[in-house]
Amino acid sequence: MSDSQAAVQSHDGLHNPALLHHFADEGQQRDASSLGMWIFLATEVMFFGGLFCAYLIYRRLYFGDFGAASASIDAKLGGTNTAVLICSSLTVVLAIWAAQTARRSLMILMLIFTMLFGVAFLGIKGIEYKDKFEEHHVPGVSFSFANVPIPGHPDQYANPQHAQIFFALYFIMTGLHALHMVVGLGIFTWLLWMAWKGRFTPRYHTPLEIGGLYWHFVDIVWIYLFPLLYLIDRHP
Amino acid sequence: MHDHSKSSPLKSYFAVWGALLLGTFLTYEAALIDLGRFNAAVALLIATTKALLVALFFMHLKNASEKLLKLVVASTIFFLILLLALSMFDYGTRSFS
Repeated sequence: MSDSQAAVQSHDGLHNPALLHHFADEGQQRDASSLGMWIFLATEVMFFGGLFCAYLIYRRLYFGDFGAASASIDAKLGGTNTAVLICSSLTVVLAIWAAQTARRSLMILMLIFTMLFGVAFLGIKGIEYKDKFEEHHVPGVSFSFANVPIPGHPDQYANPQHAQIFFALYFIMTGLHALHMVVGLGIFTWLLWMAWKGRFTPRYHTPLEIGGLYWHFVDIVWIYLFPLLYLIDRHP
Repeated sequence: MHDHSKSSPLKSYFAVWGALLLGTFLTYEAALIDLGRFNAAVALLIATTKALLVALFFMHLKNASEKLLKLVVASTIFFLILLLALSMFDYGTRSFS
């Protein structure tokens, strides 16, 4: 309390309550937050990068088996989910634009839309996982991938052990991505609450921009996951 | 950060949204055509284009003025490529029997 009072006095009574006292101005404060978020995203890129690396190594080794396993996933569900995430990214930028132009109801509406798209994504993902469980494509003791022909080679069957590696990568990568979506929904619940309370103004809406960066990053991960996991060797 | 131009960014947001949906459709259709080894290249090219559109326009990298931020983004891409390329140089040149 005494700190903030000192800061108010040092700014000759022109103190902006949204500006923390250790920053020179609002631009610097916003750049610092944004830089911190981008450094966090850098660690996230390396985090997912290890999984993409594992995927690349095994896809190169077991290309035909990966093709057969990939063909068993419903690519239409994956494609729909890609479109859903792209729409949610649009509603995020529209929410930020609404905050910048002081349109409170539009901002709240766009945040709600973003969360609805996020929930729809997880719902479709759930349908996909349910199919995989029913087909015994989940790695483990009940895993079964017998007599599935390799795309382009109808006389050859995929090696179930190799296909299991594909499904392990599929569940780890999409599962980790889904976990990020759940975290994102939590962040957006908080952003919606802040927006509802009227905390975001055209001058101060940094949490919205930072949360948006996270959401777009999760979208970018999916943009790569979709063709890599769902669309291997799909051609007849 | 966004004060450079007075014009509304809405037009570019909707254009990027349309391009991303088009890219999703294209990547799906391209996977159904037999391009041999180029199927993967086309899929990655479309995905990278989409990722760039999201980063430049939705994540506002295009208008970023902070040089430090650009350095962070560039080093992220550099280290990701280092991770993937060196691993593939290793595994790609091993002879599994």
